[in-house]
Amino acid sequence: MTKKSRLERTFDVCLYTVLSVLVVITLYPLIYVAFASISDAAYIVAHKGILWKPVGVNFEAYKSVFANDAIWSGYKNTLFIIVFGVILNLFMTSLGAYVLSRKNVMLNKPFMIFIIITMFFHGGLIPFYLVVKGVGLLDTLWAPIIPFAINTFNLIILRTSFQSIPDSLEEAAKMDGANHLVILFRIILPLSLPIMAVMTLYYAVDKWNGWFYSSIFISDRDLFPLQLVIREILIANSTEGMSSGGSGNDLFQIGETIKYATIMVSTLPILMVYPYLQRYFVKGVMVGSLKG
Amino acid sequence: MRPSASPSHAGKPVKSREIVVSRLVKDLALNKYLYMMMIPVLAYYILFQYGPMYGAIIAFKEYSPIKGIVGSEWVGLAHFQSFFESYYFWRILKNTLLLSLYSLCFEFPAPIILALLINEVRNKRFKSIVQSVTYMPHFISLIVICGIIKDFTNSGGLINTFITYLGGDGQAMLQKPELFRSIYIISDIWQGMGWTSIIYLAALMNVDQEQFEAARIDGAGRLRQIWNVSLPGILPTIIIMLILRIGNLLSVGFEKIILLYNPAIYDTADVISSFVYRKGLLEFGWSYSAAVGLFNSVVNLILLVLANRLSKKFSENSLW
Repeated sequence: MTKKSRLERTFDVCLYTVLSVLVVITLYPLIYVAFASISDAAYIVAHKGILWKPVGVNFEAYKSVFANDAIWSGYKNTLFIIVFGVILNLFMTSLGAYVLSRKNVMLNKPFMIFIIITMFFHGGLIPFYLVVKGVGLLDTLWAPIIPFAINTFNLIILRTSFQSIPDSLEEAAKMDGANHLVILFRIILPLSLPIMAVMTLYYAVDKWNGWFYSSIFISDRDLFPLQLVIREILIANSTEGMSSGGSGNDLFQIGETIKYATIMVSTLPILMVYPYLQRYFVKGVMVGSLKG
Repeated sequence: MRPSASPSHAGKPVKSREIVVSRLVKDLALNKYLYMMMIPVLAYYILFQYGPMYGAIIAFKEYSPIKGIVGSEWVGLAHFQSFFESYYFWRILKNTLLLSLYSLCFEFPAPIILALLINEVRNKRFKSIVQSVTYMPHFISLIVICGIIKDFTNSGGLINTFITYLGGDGQAMLQKPELFRSIYIISDIWQGMGWTSIIYLAALMNVDQEQFEAARIDGAGRLRQIWNVSLPGILPTIIIMLILRIGNLLSVGFEKIILLYNPAIYDTADVISSFVYRKGLLEFGWSYSAAVGLFNSVVNLILLVLANRLSKKFSENSLW
């Protein structure tokens, strides 16, 4: 008995150690970025290795980031894409999910096959680009919205959820003379608020983080969403335009902290809402995985 | 749900077809509003999902934007041939397969192990901290992640500084072809492990508690319980995830590759999809690039069908 409980204890010690190390490894890069963003640029450039606290606290980098018009227009464009994109996503997805969740619709099975095929086979990037170009969406903010109106996986999750709503409610509404649109918007959707919240979050995060298709569809810099603006600063390393005045070396130094500040400015919004939203996300994954 | 009228006339297909048609006409009339609601949804799929599938025929043509898809001339398999014979074919095929294989070996098991570990934690508070923290990187945008990777692995960056302590030469790590795969895979695990573990945690919650009970009575320690109860309990989930993973074997996350790679490391970093992107959209080789993309899609589909069939045969789990 004692031997076994000692084994148990060893197991627990290992378990907690491994997971704690994991937590630190996951969290530290972000903490480093946060510290570095409010540190003195000269120090960050000269100093190598771990940062335990911000050094020579100042907010110069943030000032430069917020003085950059591209960041603001990026925020504005992203907001546009999220608001109209998510509205379209929710409308189209629930429309499809509603019809496909109805029984006794003869063509529903062919429809499902028609839709599911697209999960496994694609025409490819170039033909997709040509379609979007052909429709005339290039260089508009609708390019990252309309071609992504429905996510098939979300459609299937929502359909499954709609199917679980008892038929009797629908029948009662029909007796009262309600048509399908009324049933969908007055009965089904209000009953599906939790799953609709999950859908909203999934779509919104996709839009917030999406950059690739914007980068190939949009070349007008005034229409760049936030992520593309960030890409220029982080990946292409062009911070020159952002820090005014000073010598070349100063520019280089502040450029380093501007990168960190940019990361914070673009990541904080999502990290701030994340704790509140986490359980909805988790719920969504669970629904998806159980039916997947 | 079978058509009830047909069995007695099974020998006369003409009649049963008539019945189906008349039933369909009736159904279209009865559910006409539902079908009308379906129109925008179908329109979306036809235009933006099937449209590109149709457009993929430019792989067999010499596409010219002026002549359009229909007007462009047929060239048969010429683009495929020049792709298969090119120097790039073996390089990007090898890179794609290796990266996928590494991701299968290292990235795939990571969330399973994490879920099994989290499942063993009895302290609720600690458990929720571990979960919240490990899920978090999933929500950080890829651009930011790649920005951080580039910065940390740069000469003088956080990680590179450590490597220098351990005897590295301190050069920017993303300039070295031999390091690309490790950087790619490790950062992928860092970002995705926690999030993917949710699926397995959900499956673990459905494992019958009595089985743990029984195993304990039989004297099984914690590791034995994980091995003999937890793991078999989530095996069906693991297999489904594996099939899906294999079906995407050739489409490694190329957005990340595009953000991280540079000509110095094309030798290990360039994969099929990044090649398609570069040749097609940056160098305007529409048809050639479409051929490469089509090759990728077809191989993926074949792999998916194969994986599904194998799994059906050996484990009774399948996607369809």
